[in-house]
Amino acid sequence: MNEIGLWSVLIAVIGGAIRVSTPFLFVSLGETITERSGRINLGLEGTLVFGAMSAYATAVLTGSAWAGVAVAGCAGGMFGLLHGWICRLPRVNDVALGIALMLFGSGLAFFFGKAFIQPSAPQLPALALGNWSDLPQVRAALQVNVLFLVGAALSLFLWWAFRNTRVGLVVRIVGDSADAARAMGYHVDRVRLLATGAGGVLAGIGGAYLSLYYPGSWNEGISSGQGLMAVALVVFARWNPLACFGAALLFGGAGALGPALQSVGVSSGYYLFYAAPYVLTLGVLVATSSPDRALAGAPGELGQSK
Amino acid sequence: MPPETPPGAIAVETIGMTKRFGAFAALDDVSMKIEAGGFHALLGENGAGKSTLVKCIMGFYAPSSGSVLVAGREVAITNPKGAQGRGLGMVYQHFTLVPSLTGLENLVVARPDVPAVIDWRGERAALAAFMERMPFRLNLDRPVAELAAGEKQKLEIIKQLYLEARFLILDEPTSVLTPDEAGEVLGLLRAMADRGEISVLMISHKFREVEAFARSVSVLRRGRLVGGGRVGELSRDDMAAMMMGARPVRVVADRTGTPDTARDVLRIAGLRASDASGLRRIAVEGLTVHAREIVGVAGVSGNGQKELADVLGGQIRAEGGQVRVGGEAYDGRRAQSRAQRVRFIPEEPLRNACAPRMSVTENLAFRAFDRRGEGASRAGSPAGRPTFWLDGSAMRRRAKDLIARFGVKTASSEAPIATLSGGNVQRAVLARELTDPVDLLIVANPCFGLDFSAVAEIRTRIMAARNAGAAVLLISEDLDEILELSDRIVVMSDGRIVYEVSGAQADAQAIGRHMAGHH
Repeated sequence: MNEIGLWSVLIAVIGGAIRVSTPFLFVSLGETITERSGRINLGLEGTLVFGAMSAYATAVLTGSAWAGVAVAGCAGGMFGLLHGWICRLPRVNDVALGIALMLFGSGLAFFFGKAFIQPSAPQLPALALGNWSDLPQVRAALQVNVLFLVGAALSLFLWWAFRNTRVGLVVRIVGDSADAARAMGYHVDRVRLLATGAGGVLAGIGGAYLSLYYPGSWNEGISSGQGLMAVALVVFARWNPLACFGAALLFGGAGALGPALQSVGVSSGYYLFYAAPYVLTLGVLVATSSPDRALAGAPGELGQSK
Repeated sequence: MPPETPPGAIAVETIGMTKRFGAFAALDDVSMKIEAGGFHALLGENGAGKSTLVKCIMGFYAPSSGSVLVAGREVAITNPKGAQGRGLGMVYQHFTLVPSLTGLENLVVARPDVPAVIDWRGERAALAAFMERMPFRLNLDRPVAELAAGEKQKLEIIKQLYLEARFLILDEPTSVLTPDEAGEVLGLLRAMADRGEISVLMISHKFREVEAFARSVSVLRRGRLVGGGRVGELSRDDMAAMMMGARPVRVVADRTGTPDTARDVLRIAGLRASDASGLRRIAVEGLTVHAREIVGVAGVSGNGQKELADVLGGQIRAEGGQVRVGGEAYDGRRAQSRAQRVRFIPEEPLRNACAPRMSVTENLAFRAFDRRGEGASRAGSPAGRPTFWLDGSAMRRRAKDLIARFGVKTASSEAPIATLSGGNVQRAVLARELTDPVDLLIVANPCFGLDFSAVAEIRTRIMAARNAGAAVLLISEDLDEILELSDRIVVMSDGRIVYEVSGAQADAQAIGRHMAGHH
C-alpha cells in the first residue's frame, strides 16, 4: 500500500464513521434513556428495522423524507410504549419480551415492506462541509447528514439533562432505586413506560436514517444487527450520552474499515475487516469486564428479575 | 393544598387504628397520642405491629379501620407524599436515598416543588445556609453510595428536616450508629423537640435509649397497645414484661472450659481485599481464633466486617495475604470447607445461605447432597463417599430429623424455604451448619431482625458449638451480642483491626470509641 492509499483509507474511515455511526448513535441514546430508568429494551433492533421500513414507505407515498422521519419516530415510540406497557404486567421479564419484540418488529416490517423494495424514495439532505478541500475523497467524507448533527446535539443535551433537569433526575432515581422513587411518590412504572417510549422514538429515527440516507434503500437485510450492537455500546459507554457519541463514532469507523480497504485495492482478506465492529464489541466488553468489580455507573435496578 | 397550621411541632393522634391482612390482624384497635413537641418511643418485638402502625400513619397502607388526627384535625392520608405535605416525615430502617446521586441531589430532588431546570449554584448556596442551622455537618458533594451507614442515617434525618417535617418518625434510627453517634443524634433531636420545633415518634428495641431520650412510651404486642406511660415512671422490667407478655425466656448456655490457646484454628495474616465497588478496602494484619474460643468482631456497619466475612465465605477474592485454617491454606472452596470442617452462617441467611425457592429439605441438604453415607445414620453426611445420584429418601429423613431437633416451624419439609419466617430460616441454616463436627464456625449478624426468644436460642447454639471445641469468629453489629458471647473482642474501623480486648475486661465505652475511629 502506498502513501496515498493509506491516507485515503484514513479519510474513508473518518467519512465512514460519520456516515455509519448515526443509527448506532440514535439507538444507543434511546437505550441509554431506557436503561437509565431501570429497564432493558432489547427490542430496539426490531424497532430500528420497522422504523426504516415505515420511513421509506412514508417517503415514497408522500414524497417527503422528513415526513418519513416523523412517522418512523412515532412508530418507534409505539413499539417502546408497547414494551413498557407489557413490562408493567406481573411476571414479565423485560429481556425476554425485548427479544420477542425484536422478532415481531422485523417480521412486521418485512410483511408491510414487500411493496416498497422496488420504488425509490426521496433522500434526507446532507450538508457539504468539505467544500474547502480540493480532494474529492475529503469532499465525499465530509458530506454530513443533518440527522448526524441532530444526534450529536442530542447527546450533549441528554448529558446535560440527566444532571440539570427534574425529568433527568427522576429517570435516574427510578433506575437506581425503585424503592426510593416510590417513597418520593413517583410512579415507577409510568416513568419507565415513558422512558421506554422515548427510547423507541430515537431508535425509529435511527431506522429512518438507514433507509433514507445510508445505505438509502429499503430491503430486508438493511440492518446488520446495529440495533443489538448499540445495546452493547451503551454498556461500553457506561450509560453516559456523551460517551455514546464517541462509541458510535468508533463503531462506525470500524464498520467502514472493510469497504475502505476494498476501495484501495486490498483484495485478499479484506472481508475479515467487515467483522471489525463485531470483534471490537467483543474486545471492548472483555477488556472492560472484571470478575471482582461491579460495573461503575450501572443503574441499580437494571436486570433485576421479578 | 393541605390546610395551613402554625409553624413548629404538631401533634398526631391515631384512633382505633386497625389493619388486617386477610384474617390476620397486624394492628388491632390502636389509639395513641403524641403531643406537639413530644418525644415518644414505640416499643415492641418484631412483628408486634410497630412498622404497620407508622406505615398506616404515613399513608403506605390504608388502615382497615380507624383514623389519623394531625394537629387535632382528622385527615385522610393516602400516600407518603400526602403525609409530607402535612408536615409528617419518616426515616426508614432501610435507606431511601438514591445511591448514585450526591447528597445535594438527593435533598433537592426530594422537595415537592423541584423546578424543571435546576440551578445547582443557587441550590448549593441555599443549602449551605440551611446546613448552618442543622445539628450535624455532612459532605453533600459525594454520592450517597460512598457514605458510611452513619452518615447516610444523618442525611436521612437532615432530608426530613429540609422538607420541613414537623412530626418525625424514626424507625430504629440507631441500629447503624455507634453508641456515641446515637447519643449525639438523639440528643440533638430531643433538644429540637424541647424547643417545640418538632415532635418525634421513635421505634426502638433499646431500653437504654428510650430511657435516656424519650419522654413517653407506648408498648405494642401482637398488634395491640398493651401499655405505656411516662418514661421514668416505668422500670425496665415493666417495659420488658409488657413487650414479652407472660412467657419463659431462655438464657444463653453457660460458657464451659477455657480457650485452647495451643490450637490456632483460624489464622489470618496480611489479608487485603476490596468489595465489588472497589470503594471499601480491608487490611487485616493479623487475627487468630483458637479452639474453644469465640472472637467477636465489633464495628459500625460498613467498616469492613462484611468484606472480611465475604472473603472467609469465598464470596470475594482476597488480593493478598493468607488465611489458614488448621494450618492449611483456605480460600472458601467447597472441598476445603469439607476437609477442614469450616461452617459459615452469613448475614441475611435467606439471601446468602439459601436458594429461596427450593424446599426446606433441599436447602438442608446443601452441604451433603452429593455424598452418600455408610449406613442409615450417616446417610447424606458430608463425610460420606461422593455420589452422582441423589438419595431423595435419605435427604428427606435427614431433613425431618433436623427440623424436629432444631424446632424449625414450617408447613412441610417440602415448602419453599422463602415461606419460612426469618427466625425459622436462621434455625434451618444453623441446623445444616452445626449438626456435623465443626472446627471453625464463621457467623455474621446471626440475630439481625429476629425476636427475643429466637435470639436467645440461636446464641445458645453458638455457645454450645464453642463449648464443644469449635473456634468461632462472630461478626456482629450488635455490641450487646458481642459482649455477651465473646471470649475475646476485636474492633474493626475503616477496614482495619484497631483494638483488641479480652471479653472479661471489655468496656462498652472504650469499644464504642474505637468503633467510631477515635483511638
